[in-house]
Amino acid sequence: MNDAYLCLKDVVKSYDGHVNAVDGISIDVRKGEFLTLLGPSGSGKTTTLLMIAGFEDLTDGALELDGRSLANVRPYRRNIGMVFQNYALFPHMTTETNVAFPLKMRKFPRDQVRPRVEKALELVGLAEFAVKYPRELSGGQQQRVALARALVFEPDVLLLDEPLGALDKNLREQMQVEIKRIHGEVGITTIYVTHDQTEAMTMSDRIAVFNDGKIEQVAPPLEMYHRPATWFVGNFIGDSNFFEAAVVDRSAGTLAVGSLGEITAARPDGGIAGGRVHALVRPEDIRLIHEGERTEGLNTFDMSVEGSVHYGDSVLVIGRVGSLSLRVRVPGAQAAAVVRDGQLRVGWRPEDVHVIPRD
Amino acid sequence: MNATSVRPADTPAGRKAFGPWRSRANISAWTLSAPAVFFIAVLFVYPLLDVVVISFTDPTLSLVNYREFFSSPLYARVLGNTFWFAFLVTAICLALGYPLAYVIVRYGGTLGFALLLVVAMSFWTSFLVRTYSWLVILGSKGPVTKLLAWVGFDPVPQILFNSFATTLGMVHILIPYMIMSIYASMQKIDPNHLRAAASLGATPFQGFRTVFLPLSLPGVVNGCTLVFIICLGFYVTPVLLGGPRDQMIAGLIGEQIEELLEWGFASAMAVVLLATTMALLAIYNRLVGLDKLWG
Ligand SMILES: Nc1ncnc2c1ncn2[C@@H]1O[C@H](COP(=O)(O)OP(=O)(O)OP(=O)(O)O)[C@@H](O)[C@H]1O
Ligand SMILES: [Mg+2]
Repeated sequence: MNDAYLCLKDVVKSYDGHVNAVDGISIDVRKGEFLTLLGPSGSGKTTTLLMIAGFEDLTDGALELDGRSLANVRPYRRNIGMVFQNYALFPHMTTETNVAFPLKMRKFPRDQVRPRVEKALELVGLAEFAVKYPRELSGGQQQRVALARALVFEPDVLLLDEPLGALDKNLREQMQVEIKRIHGEVGITTIYVTHDQTEAMTMSDRIAVFNDGKIEQVAPPLEMYHRPATWFVGNFIGDSNFFEAAVVDRSAGTLAVGSLGEITAARPDGGIAGGRVHALVRPEDIRLIHEGERTEGLNTFDMSVEGSVHYGDSVLVIGRVGSLSLRVRVPGAQAAAVVRDGQLRVGWRPEDVHVIPRD
Repeated sequence: MNATSVRPADTPAGRKAFGPWRSRANISAWTLSAPAVFFIAVLFVYPLLDVVVISFTDPTLSLVNYREFFSSPLYARVLGNTFWFAFLVTAICLALGYPLAYVIVRYGGTLGFALLLVVAMSFWTSFLVRTYSWLVILGSKGPVTKLLAWVGFDPVPQILFNSFATTLGMVHILIPYMIMSIYASMQKIDPNHLRAAASLGATPFQGFRTVFLPLSLPGVVNGCTLVFIICLGFYVTPVLLGGPRDQMIAGLIGEQIEELLEWGFASAMAVVLLATTMALLAIYNRLVGLDKLWG
């Protein structure tokens, strides 16, 4: 890719020489992009950030920023801003002094420091907290100070390691919007680490899903959701029905799925005839079939209902078809009206079946 | 049950009803702490008060003891000497202890553990034993004297019974306090603060100066105050290792009592020392505000 700005090339990191915490990952981050590293705990996200920031050496592979290797560049010469999970604000400095810190370290002329600090604090909406100490600020405010401090020196890249992990749900959503707004305003290349998939979905230009030190897929959120490249990604992002299937007829899109019998998929591109695949159907793509409704072209089944979870705006119905369990998500209180003798007729379109190769 | 008895605390009667329960709780708190209060009173407060009383009443009810102390240049010199030694020992302990604590915290591992163990071990060894060991090491038949003679000193310079030996002995005994205080506050510094400093453009030295050093200051203040105050009342080491000119006030007090039986005068000196120490503690109390400020 030509427009790559920050390149990770087959990056490997082993802390102990035996296990690879990061196991050969390659990503090209575009200039101005908001890239999220998403993955379960211990999958190597923080390690990757630390290597980009220069706090951990690479065991193997290479890092390039704007075409130049970062191999021999010390952390304090990298011009990369980082926001730590616990913010790491200097407790003996006020908001103002914290934000002025990177400018002082870089020996900015005195008369430039003040306006820049003010601008940065305005950007995060904290102008009136300039003379407070970190311990006098709430978690969300500390978060903003950390953000202002990491942005004030106009770094080439901004790294954020689970910056919202310590905040409660409401504040977290508020800060997600805030961070996106700031990203839009500043346009800085941003790498954001989280293990919260909703956060990743709502904020990112692209998501890189980490699993066990490897990258499973790099894609924009919607593509990641609708066309996961691997079983892990499909399972990790969003709610899912996964069926083990065998390809019967590739051109007709026929798959054999255990007790469901044969189903049709619009694009069974993941497998060759006779090949073993995973068939993924999202619960919200499954709809209820009303009596007398025409169903040609749909995959339809009678499901025995085992339970339901009400979310207010929707109901998740859990049940089985034969030996296979099925999760169906329908709007509002529809489901209750349709259940007859513990049975529910459901169906989905061939386009809603996503096929993933099975290894 | 009527309406007033539902919320007793809201009514004057209710408050009265609440009263006895509260004072009963107070009584039991007093009962519980009574043994401790009794022991502190008998073992600390009474003897101390006695010293104060003696300083004003022995030999007669007057300020004669204090007048004697403050009018003689000799005693002023001893007091000055005491402060000078305390300052010197504190400064040396700080100069040596800070880098040591830094190495223990920053580099950890086997080296850090070994250093920490050595420091802890000197805590576990009686300071009397440690003082006597300097008598052996620096004595006229000791290894240092032999080494100096071998190198060619003739006559071998006196290294025992002077300020050098006193300072050395006191630093040796007090440096663990300094290291432990500083170590404790360095240990609390979040390593991410140093990473943050680096990511914001601070060279390792700048990071140390602007972040690590200020955050470790509470430990420095703590350690210095501790060492300084212990120094002020130090007795055994200056007496054993120092010369007549290195006398400190505690030594002088001991001499007045043991050799001259001047109880009144000795008590007056003890009171002066105590008052000075209390004043320092008050200053320390103000400085410890820093600790809370940055916590
Ligand atoms: N300093 C270290 N020394 C040794 N092993 C480490 C070190 N830091 C991380 N690891 C190991 O490397 C692996 C990846 O850790 P990393 O912190 O990068 O995961 P993560 O994806 O950030 O997880 P989390 O979501 O829990 O923060 C883990 O197995 C972890 O135990
Ligand atoms: Mg992490």
